[in-house]
Order: sequence, then structure tokens, then C-alpha cells
Amino acid sequence: MIRLDAVVALLGRFPALAGVDLDIADGEIVLIQGPNGAGKSTLLRLCAGLLRLESGSATVLGSDLSTSRAAVRRRVGLLGHDTALYDELSVVENLEFWAAASRVDRSSVLPALARLGVAPRLHDVAVSKLSAGQRRRVALAGVVVRRPELWLLDEPHAGLDQAGRDLVDDLVVEAARAGATVLMASHELDRTVDLATRTVVIAGGMVVADRLGSVHSEAGEGCAD
Amino acid sequence: MLTDARLVAAKDLRIEMRSKVTVSQVVPFAGLVLVMFGFALDANRPTLDLATSGLFWVTVLFVAVMAVQRSTAIETTDGARRALLLAGVEPSAVFMGKAAAVAVQLLAVELVLIGGIIVLYDASIEEPLLLVATCVTATAGIAAAGTLLGALVAGVRARETVLPILLLPVLAPVLLGATRAFDDALGAVAVNGWSWLAMLVGFTVINVAFGVTAYGVLLEET
Amino acid sequence: MTTTTASDITGTRRRGTGSRTTFWLGSVGLVGVVVLILLGFFAAPADDDQVDAVRMIFIHVPVAMLTYVAFSLTAVGSVLWLWKRSIWWDTVALSAAEVGVMFCGLTLFTGSIWGRPTWGTYWDWGDVRLVTTMILFLIMVGYLAVRSLDGDSATLATRAAVIGIIGAVNIPIVNRSVTWWSSRRTLHQKSSLTDGNLEDLTLFTMMFGLVVFSILMLWMMIHRFRISWLERQVSEGNLSEALIARRAEAMVAVETGRVGGAIQPELGRQPDKGGFGEVEDSK
Repeated sequence: MIRLDAVVALLGRFPALAGVDLDIADGEIVLIQGPNGAGKSTLLRLCAGLLRLESGSATVLGSDLSTSRAAVRRRVGLLGHDTALYDELSVVENLEFWAAASRVDRSSVLPALARLGVAPRLHDVAVSKLSAGQRRRVALAGVVVRRPELWLLDEPHAGLDQAGRDLVDDLVVEAARAGATVLMASHELDRTVDLATRTVVIAGGMVVADRLGSVHSEAGEGCAD
Repeated sequence: MLTDARLVAAKDLRIEMRSKVTVSQVVPFAGLVLVMFGFALDANRPTLDLATSGLFWVTVLFVAVMAVQRSTAIETTDGARRALLLAGVEPSAVFMGKAAAVAVQLLAVELVLIGGIIVLYDASIEEPLLLVATCVTATAGIAAAGTLLGALVAGVRARETVLPILLLPVLAPVLLGATRAFDDALGAVAVNGWSWLAMLVGFTVINVAFGVTAYGVLLEET
Repeated sequence: MTTTTASDITGTRRRGTGSRTTFWLGSVGLVGVVVLILLGFFAAPADDDQVDAVRMIFIHVPVAMLTYVAFSLTAVGSVLWLWKRSIWWDTVALSAAEVGVMFCGLTLFTGSIWGRPTWGTYWDWGDVRLVTTMILFLIMVGYLAVRSLDGDSATLATRAAVIGIIGAVNIPIVNRSVTWWSSRRTLHQKSSLTDGNLEDLTLFTMMFGLVVFSILMLWMMIHRFRISWLERQVSEGNLSEALIARRAEAMVAVETGRVGGAIQPELGRQPDKGGFGEVEDSK
């Protein structure tokens, strides 16, 4: 559960979030839309307990963010623009390190990689040798390993091929069925809209529209990147 | 906390081993500095005898600055600092782990440097125990202060220049203490190296304790 | 309306960072310096050994003592920033550090000028207090370097606070190590205050100097404090302005229909994808 009330958060001196009100129940799949620089990534980082509140109040997974951000962090999975992978280490070494650091059984690493379609021949390859898409899949596998209660996905489809995008969609639906909450920032409306149980539009660091269900759109082609 | 520290240290050392920077760049650099000092002091044997300990530790400090820069870069290049916070690793464990990894690398370089001063400067080891104890204690102190200050400049654009400005003055007592203790251990100057070693222990204890306390603030804030 | 604002601005301009208190502090300090010069150069007698060079202690000793006071304040302010996130104390730490670095530089400068006729050398490596002060000076210059980095004020305050405390916790070790290191060859006076050799008037002049420089330090610190306080206020004033500007972005986005698809879903209008800037993502 997430409850944000008039949340202001700064990046440096810039008010990236300028008064966000938002209530999200468990099990929702929320699509966050908005133009570039609207504050989507900042909102996800705030929900992960990584940002200090400048003003307002925020409760995530039952913890008050102004007092106990550390309690939230362990329970979320964040896929940001960075993949937090060490270039010199192999795929499996990376995920085993993060599993151990997060106190998760490392036996879940191989199934997670399989789930994300990372071929076994890549397991012992240094991460620096992976393509951007492969790297992203490995990072997503890292999120899966943590079994988070709250999934915070920043452009999860970016840099992935068609099969990879489908995989992301499946993962999101699976997670929500298992009771987790998913917040997903995306540009790719035609893809994500069908998943979302709710769409929140932000602009200028504020929620400007919030509605149940997804934005209707004709499935658009040609948004491959 | 010790498990996490070991985890972080093992990770850093494995990365160092893979990248081979220590072996292929840092060690040659250290050797080069010894040779350069030899030229600068005109290969004058009595001068070199007196200056050996100091040159050794000045070289170690240069190497320490490089090692700390690299150790910090490991966490900053792909947002791993943030991931460490999300994983819930105690910042003090991250500090201990990273400092331990830096210390191991420095000790490896020091081993090569000791070989270097024996061969190039004709140093002889009179008190091996004092020598080893000095290396271990001083290196732990250098790694602790360095790791803390490395986190302090993480993400700063001018970090390559800021780090030495901050680190070297703080390490001044190590340079004094370790050099005197080495003077004794190498039999170059008659001083009581063991009391200098006690001072080094004090420095190391203070800086490890402060690093354990303050590292979390820096990890959070920057 | 416009006139009020204008007069407000000129009013502010006239006031600057001065106030009745700083006016009197500054005036007393100025008079004090004049009196100190008269006392130091004319009233106080020359020393038996050091002759006229002894007069340097009227500046050197007070400034050196105040350096340590200032850096202690920086350490205390740093702790209170990290502990209580007190902006007031952080500002004290910064003002004390700046004034302290100046006093510290002055200490080293006057010390070496005095050292030349007395010890026959500007710099004495064997002198504990000189070398310790030099290391402290270098650490605190680092503190100011961190303060001048770019970044938001809270982050800089935290980074700097760690340096402020590192300087303080390491000073005993630095002092100890330099003491041992130089024990073979120290030249420094035993503390001028305690060896009882000073003439009454000399001692009085030095104490007077301490008072004068304390007043000057306080005066400078208050001004420096007010400057950074105003800087903070400007940036916080900017925050409310920035918030207004930021929120205006939201309004513009709604009005121009960039987010119209979601605002008016009943029209079944597809959001203008171009407006979302397709690939903002990095690799």
C-alpha cells in the first residue's frame, strides 16, 4: 500500500516532486505516464525509500518514509535507469552477490535467469560483454530474485526486443496476482495500457490525472526501439 | 555485519583481480616512483639509506589515493551505491568490506615495494616483526581514512583532485609514524619503532571507529 | 505596491549584514586594534633575548588560540548538523571554518616571521605546534574546498561536516606524532603564558590582544554567518518560486493537451505520443 500526501521531494534544489497526492492499494498495477522530466523516475525512487521528503507525508508498505526509509528498502524491487551490475563480474556472480547482500537464498538466481530468458551460455560471461538488452534482463532477474512486495519499474520495456517486452508483461501480471503492487513508468502506452489496472498521469511533479483502468488506444505499431 | 563485510570485500577483490589494474598499472607505477626517487636523490647511497623509509611510505600514499579512487568508482559507475542501500546492507559493513579490500591491495603493493627497496636501495630488514606490524597497522589506517573520504567525494565532478587534497593531510601522522617505525625496522636510524607503532594503532583505531560511524551518513546523502 | 517593494529593497541594501550589534563590535574592535598597536609597539618593553621580535606575540598568540577556538566550533557545528540537522549550527560551522582558516594562515605567517630573527629560520620542522597547525590548516583548506563544490546545500553540509570532525578527531594524534617526531630538535618556546618570564605589561598587552582579536573574530563570524544565512534564504525563496514554476508546468501540460488523452478519456483520444518524447531512456 502506498499513500502519498502533498509530497515534495528535491533533486538538488530542483523540486522534482511538487506536491504529489496518491493512494495505491495492494495488488494494483499502476502505469505512470508523463512527459520527459515530469518526475516519474523521482516518484519511483521516493517510493523505494531512497529520497528524503522535503515536505508532505508518505507511507509505503506500512512504513512512514520520513522516519523509517530503511524498512521499506528491503521490501521493494527497483529497476532504474542504472542496472547496478558490476562490469567485471559474471552474470551469475552479480546476481549471487546481490542475493547474498539482500539475504535471499542464492538458489533462486538460476530460476530467475531462466525466467528472464538469459541463456545458460551467458551465465559466466562478464556483464560488460552483454548487450544493453541482455543487461536489462539480468537486472530484471535481480528484481525477481528479491521477491519484492512492491515493484518499481522505470521504463522496463526500454531496450528490450519483442520477446523481452512480453516477458516483462508476464512478470508484472504474475507479481500482481501474487499480491505485489507494481508501479511502472513507461512511454510505451500501446503496450502497457492493457496491463494496467490504473493510470496515473504526472506532469510538473504533480498528479494531473488518475483513473482506473487503462487508457484506451488502438494497439499502435512502430514503437520498437 | 562481518558476513556482509566479507561479502563486500570479496566482491571488490574479485573485481580488482578481473580488471588486473593493480598488477598491470599500480605495481609498475609504484616501481617507477622508486626509480624516479633514485634519480632525484642522485643514487647517493647514504642519502638513500636515510630516505628509504620515507620514500617507501610516500609511494604507498600515492598508491592509496589511486586505490581509493578505484574502490569508489566500483560503486558509482552503475548505481550500485543505491542498490546496496536497497539490499539493506549495513553501511558500516560496506565500509569495513571496502576498506579491507583496499588494505589487501595496498599490502600486495607494499610487498612488491619492500622487494624494490631491498634491490634498488640496498635496504636490509633488521626487525621483520616490526616491519610487518607497521605495514599491517598503517595500511589499515590508510584504508579506513581513504574509504571514508572516497565516499565523501563520490559523485563529485572534481573528485580526482579533491580526494588527495582531503586525504593526504589526514594521513600525515601515518607518514610520520610508519616512516619512523620503518627506520627502526630497517636499522637505518636509531629510534624506538615500537612506540611509533603504538601511535599508528591509535590512528587506525580512531579512523576505523569514525568511518564505521560516519560512512552511513555519506552513503545516504550523496 | 511597486514603491513599497523598491523601498524594501533599498532598505535591505542599506542594512547589508550589519546591525547595531555588529556596528559596535566592529567599532570596538577597530579602536582595540589601534590601542593594541600603541601598547604593542610603544608601551610594552622589548624582551631581553628576543628584543623587538617579542612584539609579534601580541598577534601570534591570540590568533593561534582563536584558531583552535574557531575549529572547535566547526567540529561542534558539524556534529550538530549531522545529529540534529541544525541549519543554524551548520552555518556556524561554515563561518567558523572560514574565519578559522584565515586566523590559521595568520598564525603560520606571523609564526614564521617571528621565527626568522628568533630561531634564524622561517620554518622549523622540529616545532610541534607549527607543524600540527600546518596540518590542521591543510585539512581545513580541504573543508573549504568541499564547501565550494557544487551540489545542494544539505549534501555539501554533510560532506563538509565529516571533514570538520575528521580534523578534530585526528588533531590529538597529529599533535602526539609531531611531538615525538620533533622531540630531538624542538625550538619552540615553552608556552609563553606559563613560563612566568613575561613582563607585566607584556602579559597585559597579550591578554588585551586576545580580547581584541576575540571581538574581531566574533564580528567577522557574525557577518559571515548572516551572509550564508541570507544565501540559504535566497535558495529557499527560490524553492517556493521553483515550486510555483514546477506546478505551472503541470498546468501547461494539461492545457496544451499533452496529457489530454488521460485527462479526457471519454473522448477516447489517444495521447499524443510525440509529446512524451519517445526514447528518453538511457542504454
